[in-house]
Amino acid sequence: MKLIPCPLNGLRNVNEFAYGGDVLEMPATSASDDAWIDYIFTRENKAGLVREWWFHIPTSYWFILERDTVTDTVIRSYPADQVFSRRIDFPPRRES
Amino acid sequence: MPIALIRHALFAPKRPRRHLPAPTELKRSYDVVIVGGGGHGLAAAYYLARYHGIRRVAVLEKGYLASGNTARNTAVVRANYVTPGSVRFYAESVKLFENLSAELDFNILFSQRGQLTLAHTDAAMRGFRLRAEVNRRCGVESVMIGSGEIAKLVPTLNLVPAERYPVLGGLWHPPGGIVRHDAVAWGYARRAAERGVEIHQRTEVTAVHVDNGRVVAVQTNRGRVACGAVVQAVAGSSSLVAALAGLRLPIVTYPLQAMVTQPLKPFVDPLVSSPQFHVYISQTPRGDVVIGGGSDPYPLYGTRATLDLKESLIQHTIELFPCLAGAKLLRQWAGIADMTPDYSPIMGKTEVAGYYLDAGWGTWGFKATPICGKAMAELVATNETPGLIGAFGVDRFRTFRLVNEMGATAASH
Repeated sequence: MKLIPCPLNGLRNVNEFAYGGDVLEMPATSASDDAWIDYIFTRENKAGLVREWWFHIPTSYWFILERDTVTDTVIRSYPADQVFSRRIDFPPRRES
Repeated sequence: MPIALIRHALFAPKRPRRHLPAPTELKRSYDVVIVGGGGHGLAAAYYLARYHGIRRVAVLEKGYLASGNTARNTAVVRANYVTPGSVRFYAESVKLFENLSAELDFNILFSQRGQLTLAHTDAAMRGFRLRAEVNRRCGVESVMIGSGEIAKLVPTLNLVPAERYPVLGGLWHPPGGIVRHDAVAWGYARRAAERGVEIHQRTEVTAVHVDNGRVVAVQTNRGRVACGAVVQAVAGSSSLVAALAGLRLPIVTYPLQAMVTQPLKPFVDPLVSSPQFHVYISQTPRGDVVIGGGSDPYPLYGTRATLDLKESLIQHTIELFPCLAGAKLLRQWAGIADMTPDYSPIMGKTEVAGYYLDAGWGTWGFKATPICGKAMAELVATNETPGLIGAFGVDRFRTFRLVNEMGATAASH
């Protein structure tokens, strides 16, 4: 994986990008502690196809990249709005 | 000794003795199955057989003996961590290493010439003062030294490697050193095998059978093996093997690259590390300069080389040691390292009874080989978690009692 196809900038050197972790579904704010602990710490750490957040540093652009963690090859990339189509509204912060 | 030498010269058998017994058939059952024939697994087998009288032990290794990270680490041993729990744990390991050649009657070539970590910023100096103080209180020798003393310890070091980052001081840790890492695994393997432990190479665990919340057997490419307990010690594949037992871990696997130069005349005595430049070097007794650094920037189950990382290691090595500019690289390699969120290992019981984890060793596993093997053996024999590893259980992520270990050199933070 020497080049990454950035949805905004086209093929760029891998050292222009930063890895941002798995694409995970965030639990509801009302979810159990276990669900949140799982979300924060536990990882599939798959050997094979993964779907991850990546960041193009010079243009501050986040997108989604699918790659293979065994062969070190890119499958495809696409803008995040293909997965996240609606805004996540958090409930107002409780005063403690 | 000379008489033994003469006797050996006159009467030694013509063929060298086998280092390990010839492979045998895999039995249908063992008291303990150790998955992974690296340093950690073999050490656990040795301590089980030698100190706990548990000899119906099989070490199952997918490849060949010590072919994973035991052979790929940079052989550094030190105890100058920052959390008291880690400092005490690694200090015990250093003590075991000091006596390991005698214990195993096998020369592991522990060369204890001290480790020097360089500070290039005020923030690093403050961090090192904390580490020196924590170390002192845990009975580990670590002191802050100034650039004058550094110049005496390492005359070949460039104290102004970059305008912005001159060497301000360092953390000097005299007990640090390097070890002939393969010998550690071979020594443990030999002495464990002498006591009845079976070492099965090219034996891959393909499934773990759990019955009623307790591990009962493992499936291998050579058949099913019933067992009373399983120790998983498979650095680099921890998540994949744990998944066979239905366990999900807080681990992400990154490659870690290293390289070595051609042998040179001795020019640097201590081990020198620069967290600022993400590089550390040591000169082996043979003269090669071993160069290591931080882990790769993204997770991967592969050991390919990347030019970016090699360039960075070489550039920073030459900034620190300009005399190395003409040195030729002999070879490079990589291992795959199981990084945890807090840069500390995961050892202990799991939610599957009888299934013990020895995982999450990231970039700090080799130096823990003896103490981890000893502690895991005690855990398996007694089913009680030894106090020394109590803080490192996988349940710490459920209770938010993380062991935030910022003293891990190659951690990517």
